[in-house]
Amino acid sequence: MRFLLPVVIFVLLAGLLGWGLTRDPKEVPSPLIGKPAPAFTAPTLFEPEKRFSASDYLGKVWILNVWASWCVACRAEHEFITQLARMQLVPVVGLDYKDKPEDGRAWLRQLGNPYTVVPTDENGRIGIDWGVYGVPETFIIDKQGMIAYKHIGPVNADSLRDIIVPKIKELL
Amino acid sequence: MKPRSLHLLPGLMMMLVLALPVRAAIEVLEFNSPQVEKDYYTLIDELRCLVCQNQNLKDSNADLAKDLRRQTYEMLQQGKSKQEVVDYMVARYGDFVLYRPPLKTNTLLLWSGPFLLLMVVLFLVVRRIRRNRSVEPPEPRTLEQARHLLNDDEQKTT
Repeated sequence: MRFLLPVVIFVLLAGLLGWGLTRDPKEVPSPLIGKPAPAFTAPTLFEPEKRFSASDYLGKVWILNVWASWCVACRAEHEFITQLARMQLVPVVGLDYKDKPEDGRAWLRQLGNPYTVVPTDENGRIGIDWGVYGVPETFIIDKQGMIAYKHIGPVNADSLRDIIVPKIKELL
Repeated sequence: MKPRSLHLLPGLMMMLVLALPVRAAIEVLEFNSPQVEKDYYTLIDELRCLVCQNQNLKDSNADLAKDLRRQTYEMLQQGKSKQEVVDYMVARYGDFVLYRPPLKTNTLLLWSGPFLLLMVVLFLVVRRIRRNRSVEPPEPRTLEQARHLLNDDEQKTT
C-alpha cells in the first residue's frame, strides 16, 4: 500500500502534464468575445482616399481577417480565406496590419484579393484596440456589432468547415 | 606589466566607441512629470508581451511590445492613471497580460497553492518528528551501561 502512493502521484502528474502538452499556450482567450467590436476608421489599401469604418457594417454579420504581407502563416491561410469569400455568405474585410501599403498591394496582386475591402493599419493601433497579438487572426462580428468569435492563427480547411462557417450561419 | 596594460587601452576605447550606437538604440522618452515616468516603468515591468510570453514589455523587443509600450506611454502622458492603462490592456488581452494575476475564483489555487503545499509539507515533517520521538525508551540495562561510560569519562577528565 505504501509503495503505491508514489506510483499514484506519478500517474496523476503524468496525466496532468500530458494534458497540458495538448494545449496551445500561444492561444490566449480573448476577453473581447461578446463585447462591442472596437470602432475604427481607416484608409483603404487600394483607394487611400476612401475610408473604411467598422460602423459601415452595423446590422450585418461580417468577418475581419487580420493579415500582413510579412506574415508567413497568412500565406498558408490565404487559400481558405479565399474559399470563405467565394461562398459569399458575408463581407470579408482584410485588415492589413503593420504593413507597407505597397507591400500589401503587391501581396494581394500576386495571390489574388479575396477581400470585400482592405483597410490599413500601418502603425498597429487598430490591432491593439482589437487585442491582436499575432497575425493572422480572424474575427466574426454579429449584427449587433459584437465580436462573436475570434480565431487565432491561420484558418485551415478543418477550422473553416467545422467552426467558422457554422458560426456564421448561426448568426445570419 | 604596466606597458602591457597600456597597450590594451586603445582597444578598450575602440570597444566603447563601437558600443555607442547600441546605447542609442534604447528608446528615449520625455515625460510630463517624474510620477508619469515612474508609472511608465512600473507598468512596462508588470505587463506581459503576448508574443514572447515569458518577457515583460520592458525586456521584449518584439514589434507588439514596442507598440504596447508606446500605447502605455501615450495613455500616461494624456493623464490617464496607471489603473486605467491596466484596465485598457486587460479589456483587450485578458488577465494574461498581467504578470501579477488578480485574485479571482479561477486564480485562487494559483495564489494559495504554494501555501497549501507548505502546509502539507509542514504537516508531514511534524508527523515524522513526533513519530521519531515516540521511539521506545532504552532498556534499563543499556541505560545503566551508558551512565557508567559517561561517569567513567568524567572521572578521567577531572
